[in-house]
Amino acid sequence: MMPLLDVDRVSKKYVVPGMKEPYCVFRDISLQIREGEFVSVIGHSGCGKSTLLNIIAGIDSADEGVIRLKGREVRSPGLDRMVVFQNFALMPWMTVYQNVRLAVQAAYPHWSRSRIHERVSHYLELVNLKGAEDKYPSALSGGMKQRCGLARAFAVQPPMMLLDEPFAQIDALTRGTIQDELIQMWNETGVTIFMVTHDVDEAILLSDRILLMSAGPFAQIREVVPIEIPRPRTRGSIIEHPDYYRLRNRIIQFLSEKGASQAA
Amino acid sequence: MNSKSLLLCLLFGAVFLALWQLLAQGSEMPTPGQVASVSLDFLRDPFYDAGPNDKGIAILAAYSLVRLISGFVLASVVAVVLGVVLGRSQTLFAAVNPYIQILRSISPIAWMPLLLYSVKDSEMTAFFVIFMASLWPTLANTAFGVSSIRREYLNVAAILQMKPSEKFFKVILPAAGPAIVAGLKISMGSAWVALIPAEALLGSLGLGYFVWNEWNNLSLPSVIFAILTIGVVGVIVDWLFSRLARRLAYTD
Repeated sequence: MMPLLDVDRVSKKYVVPGMKEPYCVFRDISLQIREGEFVSVIGHSGCGKSTLLNIIAGIDSADEGVIRLKGREVRSPGLDRMVVFQNFALMPWMTVYQNVRLAVQAAYPHWSRSRIHERVSHYLELVNLKGAEDKYPSALSGGMKQRCGLARAFAVQPPMMLLDEPFAQIDALTRGTIQDELIQMWNETGVTIFMVTHDVDEAILLSDRILLMSAGPFAQIREVVPIEIPRPRTRGSIIEHPDYYRLRNRIIQFLSEKGASQAA
Repeated sequence: MNSKSLLLCLLFGAVFLALWQLLAQGSEMPTPGQVASVSLDFLRDPFYDAGPNDKGIAILAAYSLVRLISGFVLASVVAVVLGVVLGRSQTLFAAVNPYIQILRSISPIAWMPLLLYSVKDSEMTAFFVIFMASLWPTLANTAFGVSSIRREYLNVAAILQMKPSEKFFKVILPAAGPAIVAGLKISMGSAWVALIPAEALLGSLGLGYFVWNEWNNLSLPSVIFAILTIGVVGVIVDWLFSRLARRLAYTD
């Protein structure tokens, strides 16, 4: 079966001032994601995992290689790959409601007002933002901002969703609740998700597969860890699963190995 | 303003009036009382219209404001559009910036002879003086505001596949809104400052003309009244802009 997302031998170089050779962040990275799958990439900061996500999103460009969505090459950003940003990227001059509506209007320009309103309200309800619709992002906590970011992305119902360390700036307690909301929306929509993270527990909780990325230069995906803990998973139940600590230790061991981190 | 500042403000006003009274007594200068009585005369019937060169103060102010607004609005549209173009291209901005710097240091009044010669019409000349006065602050501020729009907002616009016009109205304008309005406010101030001498020199009906006319009549109390009117109208216009600026402001 054709994968939904096909990342085919993608490389990224940066020109560094004062250096003769451009710095190669990663080289020949390939990965495939099936429809409906939840795949995470985990690696140290600076390994290029966010750059990889941006290239898939079309916000950044690859120096070599091709990104294909449903077999068709994509080079520019689009509504078929909605992004949830680490720093939320909400329009600060718009309310929560207007931010989500902006995306729905863009995705469905021919919809009636009431249909757009229905869709926006539905997703604001799923992320528990009912009652905060008319607040501006500056009046919201990090957790609520990211709820809005998730609602904006899900409300478009794209085939592919890209999450760039979505919970990195959110306190641990809130993070759990929003992860639950994310799972719920993922179940409801069946969207395919590619997530970048450096949180091992989060990756195990959410993913079908975890890709372990080594540090740059010439970063690569060294290992693929399938997570076969049955769903539905909760933060409480996964730690009781016999595989949990084995998987967790494997990933943490990888991250602390030489070569996984540049600094080591 | 808190009560202390208000008290001090009133005190300064009183001191100023007392000094004025002292200095004016026994000289050719009108006293505050004389100015006040002349002002009341003018304000008693602000809308009278007794022929082409004899109109009430409100009508004169309206002439000035219409002239101000027409030049200002057109200049602002041009300045915002050009500013967005320059703000989106660092190369273009850098190439054009030296010219902007030169042009904006030229007093708009300095263009008048050239304008009079080329358009041969005093009303059009006044319009262009206001246009030139209004253009540069808004242009520079818009270009700066647009060039410092955060990358992530433009990324979102790209992901949402917005058309250029949608991106302009829904992302670029609101994102740069506060900077643009700050520019408009400066532009309005400099247009108002340029309007008065332009009207005086061109003899176009308005507050500037009124000042000069009263000077020609050697009516100093009226000249002072005209000066005060110019100040008050300027403050009102500025206040309206501050309100607009507050409405468009946002916090990141």
